[in-house]
Amino acid sequence: MADTVAAIELKGISKSFGPVQANRDINILVPKGTIHGIIGENGAGKSTLMSILYGFYKADAGDIFINGKLTPIPDSQSAIRAGIGMVFQHFKLVQNFTVLENVILGVEDGPLLKSSMSKARKVLADLSREYELDVNPDALIEDLSVGHQQRVEILKALYRQAEILILDEPTGVLTPDEADHLFRILKGLRDQGKTIILITHKLREIMETTDNVSVMRRGTMVGNVKTSETSPEQLAELMVGRKVLLQIDKQPATPGEVMLKIENLRVRDIAGVERLKGISLEIRKGEILGIAGVAGNGQSELLGALGGIQNATGSVTYKGAALPLSGKGADGRTRRDIGIGHIPEDRQVLGLIMDFAAWEDMAFGYHYLPKYQKNAFTMDNEAIKADTAAKMATYDVRPPIATLAAKSFSGGNQQKIVVAREIEADPDVLLIGQPTRGVDIGAIEFIHKEIIAMRDAGKAILLVSVELDEILSLSDRIAVMFDGQIMGFKDPKTTNERELGLLMAGVSGEAGK
Amino acid sequence: MDYATLLQILDSTIRLGIPLLLACLAGLYSERAGIFDIGLEGKMLMAAMSSATVAALTGSVWIGLAAGIAGSMLFALVHGLASITFRGNQLIAGVALNFVASGITVLIAQSIFGQGGRTAPLAGDARFLPIDLPFAEALQGVPVLGPLYYEVISGHSALVYVAILLVPITWFVLYRTRYGLRLRAVGENPASVDTAGVSVVRLRYSAVMITGVLCGLAGAYLACGLQAGFGREMTAGRGYIALAALIFAKWRPWQALGATMLFGFFQALALRPDVVEAVAQVKVPVPALDALPYILTVVVLAGLVGKAIPPRAGGEPYVKER
Repeated sequence: MADTVAAIELKGISKSFGPVQANRDINILVPKGTIHGIIGENGAGKSTLMSILYGFYKADAGDIFINGKLTPIPDSQSAIRAGIGMVFQHFKLVQNFTVLENVILGVEDGPLLKSSMSKARKVLADLSREYELDVNPDALIEDLSVGHQQRVEILKALYRQAEILILDEPTGVLTPDEADHLFRILKGLRDQGKTIILITHKLREIMETTDNVSVMRRGTMVGNVKTSETSPEQLAELMVGRKVLLQIDKQPATPGEVMLKIENLRVRDIAGVERLKGISLEIRKGEILGIAGVAGNGQSELLGALGGIQNATGSVTYKGAALPLSGKGADGRTRRDIGIGHIPEDRQVLGLIMDFAAWEDMAFGYHYLPKYQKNAFTMDNEAIKADTAAKMATYDVRPPIATLAAKSFSGGNQQKIVVAREIEADPDVLLIGQPTRGVDIGAIEFIHKEIIAMRDAGKAILLVSVELDEILSLSDRIAVMFDGQIMGFKDPKTTNERELGLLMAGVSGEAGK
Repeated sequence: MDYATLLQILDSTIRLGIPLLLACLAGLYSERAGIFDIGLEGKMLMAAMSSATVAALTGSVWIGLAAGIAGSMLFALVHGLASITFRGNQLIAGVALNFVASGITVLIAQSIFGQGGRTAPLAGDARFLPIDLPFAEALQGVPVLGPLYYEVISGHSALVYVAILLVPITWFVLYRTRYGLRLRAVGENPASVDTAGVSVVRLRYSAVMITGVLCGLAGAYLACGLQAGFGREMTAGRGYIALAALIFAKWRPWQALGATMLFGFFQALALRPDVVEAVAQVKVPVPALDALPYILTVVVLAGLVGKAIPPRAGGEPYVKER
């Protein structure tokens, strides 16, 4: 396994996009037949570096050596020829093509498809057997689960005879079970002599799977270590550049009266498909109810219905009175007026207007409040800006420039703007969707503390997240959703990822309520 | 309605349906590659003018055809530059080309021929001549099928048969060749093609140029086959009807044949309101018949006859994501 030849060696790679230096003088050495982790915060330059290796971008400077030989990679075709395969975070599959068609796309044997198809069918059958990569070659991609789609991406790379496989954040969309399966596949590939580069921001995956790990921060490589000789704490510190609390420090909850009582909540989408199939739950004062589940199992609809932006049926009681679920009174503004705040899942679509300045976004949704008005006709922009400056200071939004457009902030800082706006409005119930998606570790720590502080101030919090770590560490109670239903409630102190993972995959240990 | 009248109507159905079919297949290549093309009308008009002009000047319809294709491809190239190289809005580029075509064709025809924006009338070898299929004459006596073969199927110009052959050819290219696989992929998810190491730009240009060639055939057929010369706005919205047919056919070649022939049938009916009146027993206004293709398209778009899902990457310039 420990071969002396380096499968990949990068020397002095630099790349900038306009004024942004995404990679600065990167050196890295990946021995053949190993799994090499690359870890770093969002925007640290991991994906850029790998895109350079795959010929998707051209480096401004630096050399790439494959198996010890200088190999320029001006385009993806050269990367494929050099034996590099890439599984992107967002799959590059044609949705209405079959698995087979996707696999041969770009590497057809001749102008006609017939012979390529039958050859690919045979090769695929062999690969499936060898590496636990079962997938029906005639299935349409759009009918496959995300985990299977990922297998198709891996098969694509193997069909192109990739010896080096790069995976960019491969587990973001997988259930824990699917992730375990993936890692089994990767270890199998490594044992066959393939070299694997795993890009992730999840420390646990790095510790469990990799042989070596490189850490990136702000475009530079800040550490190369053997996985067996490091610890999650050390890696986190390298990533962020300071000590980070990985464990959240929180007191036991002291739940009070029921704030929100949901009974038989149902939501249909535009096509008439039922997305929420009769959800019943309660959220009390001073507790965080975590909703675990793979994305797309009705969590968005639950937030939408409670937040007043999606029509629903059933009954929801808020502070003892019925909450309208459609028609008059079922809108975001009325919800906020009566004390139900909402940090939406997708900050760039629902949370912010990306072209607005931070101060405009900081008031939007609450812009009609008397404190922001100069008189009956004009808004008091100066008051909003002063207010924004204060919030930016409290929430450590960087850079603290109120006139900067929302799109110019990093993901974490955009999220802080949304969090600041919604928390400072002081709601009694706070709906939170994916609070730390695409947010770096430092900001995650901060946002988590704010959420705990809200709970300790006696607010009722509904937390939706696809990150199991987040659900487990923040929640006082956990509900697992699958296919628009609640599969069960769990106590975070007594459950574990395995048990939650089974429920998330629809395998019910007990009758789902 | 007697059999002879029916044959007449079917005959005009083919004549009127063919330019729609060619334009529809033209649009199919472009749109399958992810470039929406509302400029079929302009390209046809350009081809009609340039083919009629060159045919009139040289006396050869074949040189005219080549000129028509060249004129249409020039416009296709501009559309490609605007929407692929410069990543402009495809619909606006198409509309702009339609306006340019509407003006420049009349301008050129007027400056060459001085006949109020018309080209000189074409005759003889400057037009596409009808081809009699084998045994058409001899089989005329066979009941029912004989006249059908003689009146409807035989006796069209070469372009008609080319157009119909293009349907199976397009089907084969699209579903049985490497080029077709890549073409469909680039219209659905260009990133998949790009990461497979195939040039998105080159693929899309090739599709747009094929569109140019086919619109060239359509325009040349209009000016040198269906009619005898170019006249102002002679395409009369056929580019838009072809687009409607493309949606109606859900971007598939055989269905495109069906849709364009159906729409051609409506146009043929609009030419014979007397027949319609006799069959329907009520007076149907001609504009109502003209509107039928559009009404049917709206019905399809409303999802009443299955869903029409356009190529998913259609209309969006491809930019590598960071």
